[in-house]
Amino acid sequence: MDDFLDKLPEMDLMRSEKMTLVQLIIPVESAHRCVTYLGELGLLQFRDLNADKSPFQRTFATQVKRCGEMSRKLRFFKDQIDKAGLRCLPRHEIEPDIELGDLERQLADHEHEVLEMNSNSEKLRLTYNELLEFKIVLQKASGFLVSSNAHAIGDETELHESTYSNNGFIESSSLLEQEMRHEPLNQSGLRFISGIINKDKLLKFERMLFRATRGNMLFNQTPSDEEIMDPSTSEMVEKIVFVVFFSGEQARTKILKICEAFGANCYPVPEDTTKQRQLTREVLSRLSDLEATLDAGTRHRNNALNAVGYSLTKWMTTVRREKAVYDTLNMLNFDVTKKCLVGEGWCPTFAKTQIHEVLQRATFDSNSQVGVIFHVMQAVESPPTYFRTNKLTNAFQEIIDAYGVARYQEANPAVYSVVTYPFLFAVMFGDWGHGLCLLLGALYLLARERKLSTQKLGSFMEMLFGGRYVILLMALFSIYCGLIYNEFFSVPFHIFGGSAYKCRDATCSDAYTVGLVKYRDPYPFGVDPSWRGSRTELPYLNSLKMKMSILLGIAQMNLGLILSFFNARFFGSSLDIRYQFIPQMIFLNSLFGYLSLLIIIKWCTGSQADLYHVMIYMFLSPTEELGENELFWGQRPLQARKIHMERFQGRTYGVLGTSEVDLDVEPDSARGHQEEEFNFSEIFVHQLIHSIEFVLGSVSNTASYLRLWALSLAHSELSTVFYEKVLLLAWGYENILIRLIGVVVFAFATAFILLMMETLSAFLHALRLHWVEFMGKFFHGDGYKFKPFSFALISDDDE
Amino acid sequence: MYGFEALTFNIHGGYLEAIVRGHRAGLLTTADYNNLCQCENLDDIKMHLSATKYGSYLQNEPSPLHTTTIVEKCTLKLVDDYKHMLCQATEPMSTFLEYIRYGHMIDNVVLIVTGTLHERDVQELIEKCHPLGMFDSIATLAVAQNMRELYRLVLVDTPLAPYFSECLTSEDLDDMNIEIMRNTLYKAYLEDFYKFCQKLGGATAEIMSDLLAFEADRRAVNITINSIGTELTREDRKKLYSNFGFLYPYGHEELAICEDIDQVRGVMEKYPPYQAIFSKMSYGESQMLDKAFYEEEVRRLCLAFEQQFHYAVFFAYMRLREQEIRNLMWISECVAQNQKSRIHDSVVYMF
Repeated sequence: MDDFLDKLPEMDLMRSEKMTLVQLIIPVESAHRCVTYLGELGLLQFRDLNADKSPFQRTFATQVKRCGEMSRKLRFFKDQIDKAGLRCLPRHEIEPDIELGDLERQLADHEHEVLEMNSNSEKLRLTYNELLEFKIVLQKASGFLVSSNAHAIGDETELHESTYSNNGFIESSSLLEQEMRHEPLNQSGLRFISGIINKDKLLKFERMLFRATRGNMLFNQTPSDEEIMDPSTSEMVEKIVFVVFFSGEQARTKILKICEAFGANCYPVPEDTTKQRQLTREVLSRLSDLEATLDAGTRHRNNALNAVGYSLTKWMTTVRREKAVYDTLNMLNFDVTKKCLVGEGWCPTFAKTQIHEVLQRATFDSNSQVGVIFHVMQAVESPPTYFRTNKLTNAFQEIIDAYGVARYQEANPAVYSVVTYPFLFAVMFGDWGHGLCLLLGALYLLARERKLSTQKLGSFMEMLFGGRYVILLMALFSIYCGLIYNEFFSVPFHIFGGSAYKCRDATCSDAYTVGLVKYRDPYPFGVDPSWRGSRTELPYLNSLKMKMSILLGIAQMNLGLILSFFNARFFGSSLDIRYQFIPQMIFLNSLFGYLSLLIIIKWCTGSQADLYHVMIYMFLSPTEELGENELFWGQRPLQARKIHMERFQGRTYGVLGTSEVDLDVEPDSARGHQEEEFNFSEIFVHQLIHSIEFVLGSVSNTASYLRLWALSLAHSELSTVFYEKVLLLAWGYENILIRLIGVVVFAFATAFILLMMETLSAFLHALRLHWVEFMGKFFHGDGYKFKPFSFALISDDDE
Repeated sequence: MYGFEALTFNIHGGYLEAIVRGHRAGLLTTADYNNLCQCENLDDIKMHLSATKYGSYLQNEPSPLHTTTIVEKCTLKLVDDYKHMLCQATEPMSTFLEYIRYGHMIDNVVLIVTGTLHERDVQELIEKCHPLGMFDSIATLAVAQNMRELYRLVLVDTPLAPYFSECLTSEDLDDMNIEIMRNTLYKAYLEDFYKFCQKLGGATAEIMSDLLAFEADRRAVNITINSIGTELTREDRKKLYSNFGFLYPYGHEELAICEDIDQVRGVMEKYPPYQAIFSKMSYGESQMLDKAFYEEEVRRLCLAFEQQFHYAVFFAYMRLREQEIRNLMWISECVAQNQKSRIHDSVVYMF
């Protein structure tokens, strides 16, 4: 038996990879190259040997800082390019790798250039904005100022009154008219300030002016029709042109101060129309000049940015890699002579040769006289857990890892989950119509796999995409279970031949009241379609699904127990086998295993026995006659013996708990100083709790598997409701509109409630069954993940 | 209903309390400060801070750094956190959070008015203002010539308006007046905040009254010390003390007549909470007083986190963050000016 087990072929996923603690002694001159090559290989996890040092006290802190500075520059370029709205595709031709120093110099040059151009263009932009604002003010304000000297001074007060009682300076058009009629400016010592201000500050500005002058002013405003770019944020802002009329010198200083405080730019507008025209002309010509200059500047800048943009992505990865290399180098220690760097790390045992080759290549490439010393060390702490997964198994491994990373080399539940997970899902989601929909979705994801895997997806889509193979398997299993349940959107189909039942007479009037008669062999696969709609449909399906869930549950829990046996065997703990695995097996199987046996016998023989009765009276009066509940010969003595065994095993469990002394000393984790002190009472209590938990747990876990039945029932009932109460009801009307609405409602209900919500709930329940009921039997999950130093992983997550 | 906050507090305050406690976990610890103290230059500080919550705010700053940049960015982070909390808050917590700002507003008003008095550029002054105390029309403060105008033009729109009712004079602004105005405003503000917290009731009132009383007492002591030897009369001095706190009312009577620092000390040592602070100092010394008060304040603020379901954690957190920024500023200054031996003089450790 042992030989047979030992000879089983190795499977990658069954247990995590064997890991080795290795020590590298690298000469300083080849250290950088070595680490770079190791990063390309990505199979070595360095241990931080300088954990007590703060980041800037480490050896290569300056280089890390330089890399940080460079990536800041690169971010700056990226920002600038994005702001300029350029789209730079990286050149496809392969450029030679650049040295870090060169790159640094290049980046500094580029940054200097861009900064200078920015400051220049900013100055220009400022002047341009000023001129533009001036132009706008000239155009708009002149409207208010069209002077007609003929008007009497007396009108002035009238004007004020009328506008204030009007209480709104908003109607600028009507104001304009008024202005044109009464414009007594110069004669009355009335002066004005014109300018332009941001729209959102306008109200406060106006209020402040009113307060400061105690209402002795007239405020006119009109929106500028063009938006002006704010130089600091380079956003377009709406501005408003205003003209304030006032009198007195003190008011003038106040108003100017307020303008300054609100960031309103004031521009003098001459009252004379000819002067105005002249000025406008001047401003316009200067504007066009500036525009040309600005355009040229922008073009120049865009060219420069383009040049940077071509190699930006490449530079970014280079810098990111360099930074990672230096971060890793910082984890290494100097040896006594200061000529070598000493590093320690974990690598999978199979990768030792690869690492060795890579190190040799690095030594050769860097022309170092001394090679890298690479040797295996004795490990004290537990090694990391590393599974080599592929596209399909990765998703399942993730599901398991979400619960806890497996202890080093313990049995990996992900292997079994690949089948059991989608299967349990399908038991709850059994409908081959819905299964087909899921399958289509999964196939769509698979067909576009290549495209989707390169682009960035939303969080929801990414989750779906990551689980595409899980969905595919779930869909396939749902179709299978749906065929067994014979449900297609809750409609049964005669796929595998005719029904085994027929009506009692030709009219078939009593089919749903009295029942049908069986006239030929059972339906060959799955549930007979005639059950559908019959009086006994629910009792029949419930009994079937309930018993089936118990069978599945017992099978899965037994698998879990058997895995705990393999774990104990692998770690060489015979105590675990004798006093934990065997009692647990006896307990579970003599109770619920026996129930499963009874279920199967009942199915096979068609017996009428009441299983509740059998199970309950097995405890209450084990010696009594079973009567009509007897399923097979010799049942009574068997039960009596079983009870005895249960009692016995309960006793062993309780008593032998005391002898399970070194159960908790992890066999592989602590060699040397980590050995915990042996504490009898602690282990005794722990084991006692464990025993009680298992006994109670086996009842509750078995009951927990009934969720398979409950969800499957809920699913089929829900889909029946939607089919009958929505689709069929709507179809009953002749009206095409009602039919259409019915179809739409049915489609939406199917898509959102059955396909999305139900999928999610079945998914979560399957998750729970795996995490709690299955993995609870054997899985420790207290390991830590293998995180190799790899460039491939860095570039992904460092965005 | 005191003692039953647990029933209802989380309906509105639970999320924010979780946030603020999460933020608290991000405060720099003694280990961080020890590391920071070992920095050789400002880039080292940046590098160390890049592993903390300030990382993303500092990462795009080009070297060489300046102390002001570090402080500015850290303050920006504080303001962002504050605004985030304020956005999520409902009444009465939002009012409570707003109250935390008013102190900065008073400081900013005083800063601008003093600056204008000395004919500084307004833009330059505004850059120096604490961003938490900014309000829209702050720049307009420069227009005002006297208190009445100040109030009528600008401050009537701000939440500070009610506090001004006590110091409305038509006197022209000068340094002395402004300082009195600051303290009167602060007194009114603290009293109002105190009243507001009492109205909130429950653990908030209990803890906040303790924290605010400490704050009021500290101000009273500072006013006393700063006014020794000035022309401020005893009555005027007494008017500036807030009407609550551990020292109120008898301590205020005694403080008002103090003529030198040792007399202040004599008064304060009668009060148990302050005995410890003053006993640490030698006679005639007042330099270390600030640090001692800060340390005591930090201790009290940290205690606020020990209880749940109250608003004082927000106040405490904001104060701790401000202290943290002060610490960072001090450390950066010391590092930048090569005065590393003096780093420990002013850093107040939390946790």
